[in-house]
Amino acid sequence: MSYAPMTLALIQQSGEHGAGGHGPVDFMGALFVFMLATFIGLMAIQRVSRLLHTPLMSLTNAISAIAVVGAIIVAAGKDAPVYVTALGLVAIFCSTTNIVSGFLITDRMLKMFKKREGASK
Amino acid sequence: MSAETLVQLLYLVATGLFIMSLRWMSDPETARKGVFSGVAAMALAVAGTLAGVASTGGTHYWWILAAFIAGAAVGYPLAQVPLTAVPQRTALSHAFGGLAAGLVGTAKFMLYFGQDNLAALNPATVIALVLEVLLGFLTFTGSLMAAGKLQEVKWIPQRPVTYPLQNVINLGLFGLALALGVALVLAPLAAWAPLAFAATVVLSLAFGVLLILPIGGADMPTVISILNAYAGLSAVAMGFVLNNKLLITAGALDGSSGLILSIIMCKAMNRSFTNVLFGAFGQTAQAAATGEAKAYKPDTVESAAQIMAQASLVVIVPGYGMAVAQAQHRVRELYDQLKKRGVTVKFAIHPVAGRMPGHMNVLLAEAEIPYDDLVEMDEINGDMPQADVALIIGANDVVNPAARSEKGSPIYGMPIIDADKARTVYAIKRSKNPGFAGIENELYYLDKTFMLFGDAKAVVGELARQLAGEN
Repeated sequence: MSYAPMTLALIQQSGEHGAGGHGPVDFMGALFVFMLATFIGLMAIQRVSRLLHTPLMSLTNAISAIAVVGAIIVAAGKDAPVYVTALGLVAIFCSTTNIVSGFLITDRMLKMFKKREGASK
Repeated sequence: MSAETLVQLLYLVATGLFIMSLRWMSDPETARKGVFSGVAAMALAVAGTLAGVASTGGTHYWWILAAFIAGAAVGYPLAQVPLTAVPQRTALSHAFGGLAAGLVGTAKFMLYFGQDNLAALNPATVIALVLEVLLGFLTFTGSLMAAGKLQEVKWIPQRPVTYPLQNVINLGLFGLALALGVALVLAPLAAWAPLAFAATVVLSLAFGVLLILPIGGADMPTVISILNAYAGLSAVAMGFVLNNKLLITAGALDGSSGLILSIIMCKAMNRSFTNVLFGAFGQTAQAAATGEAKAYKPDTVESAAQIMAQASLVVIVPGYGMAVAQAQHRVRELYDQLKKRGVTVKFAIHPVAGRMPGHMNVLLAEAEIPYDDLVEMDEINGDMPQADVALIIGANDVVNPAARSEKGSPIYGMPIIDADKARTVYAIKRSKNPGFAGIENELYYLDKTFMLFGDAKAVVGELARQLAGEN
């Protein structure tokens, strides 16, 4: 297998990764994390009441705006060409839109779900 | 503790909070906690990232702040839309999410290419980059198209658009994009690499449009769910590019949510993924609609009100027509009037009623109908023979008995709400045209079925007034 040269390249890369690149790329580790997170996600979501599927979607929508992390790393990078920074800033704008509107509208919808003769009014 | 350890710890806590956030969504009682924990997780994620960036010497902080403020300024009004517009809003934010991922991928590629950084452009990273860009940009245009269709924007065709060799062309474009991706993996620093990268971007953008063109309104719940999954997966790919485990976990949570919702939607229509994406539902359906017209039995609101007043169980079946007419508040009035007379009222909710998963529940919740009375299809069907009246408000295919009996029907095999088993059926319909799928509904021609033609809001309001007046 040709893992050795690839791994070497991965380790070398970590130095140049610079601002916000978090440590050397551990591709296999990342795959493990991906698989486990997917299973946890599948199990958690399967238990979500059908009643709440619309709020669920707007909530996960806000969660997927986690892309903001990558956008910040790109936008804050030193010595990056202007256009790279600009792309990062636009990406921050897009993700922030989702974070703000996603969480707000989810809460707005959830507030409306009331039980019969609910205790709180 | 080094700054890097601190960052990773913050990310770890954020991941845990994201998982709890989804766990709490399992019950309406705890669901709002889920939002708070999601917000906390996101705040930690941003704080951690900024800390990490600062410790390794970041810059442009004022610009970043400006981008945050601009995003919040656009996001806030987007959260205030009327609830009938929630499907469009959701599609629009999928578009934003896809765009963000695509742009970050593009920026990273340009950065590494400009640096001549072969180590950074190793095969694994380039694969992740190509996937990120592909998923990101196709989600962007695909979701914009979906949002446009849902908002009924004029220049976006509502009906499914089909043309000869559609699937061949789509798959061809997709194959071309993949081939370019492979070329990039093999030679990321070649002189033509930026061109190949740009071509991949353009192809992904085009692919998103072409994918949504043949999809009709009835399939929107599935498509929105699939786009939800893609937006999450593009964040996962970004996590692989940036070696960031928080991106991978949060993206995977989003991806699995989209996946499960798509599966539920597909099952509720008895169709497969490939059939939704490549089946062009609308076309087959139109051929089926050419049968000779049978006669409807119209009835007056007065007699409908009388029948309902004497019922002991009324099951209301809402559909997209209720959303279009914004009739949910009138439905609430009707619900109140019937309750006052001691009539039991239940709502039968089909999983694909409306334009996104759970659409009807949110609208009825907005009208302050207690969620105990919103009953899922599988649970209500056992009670349908005991129902004195089934009142159908703007629903069509989800109550069409052809799904049970007619093998030739495009909706054959789709699980339906057994409205035809109720003693009497009242159906409120805007016009005499068939529903969105263009399929005749034999339910409307049964002996026990009476039609109330008109705008759902007006008819339901009139029903409520009649019931109030007879008191």
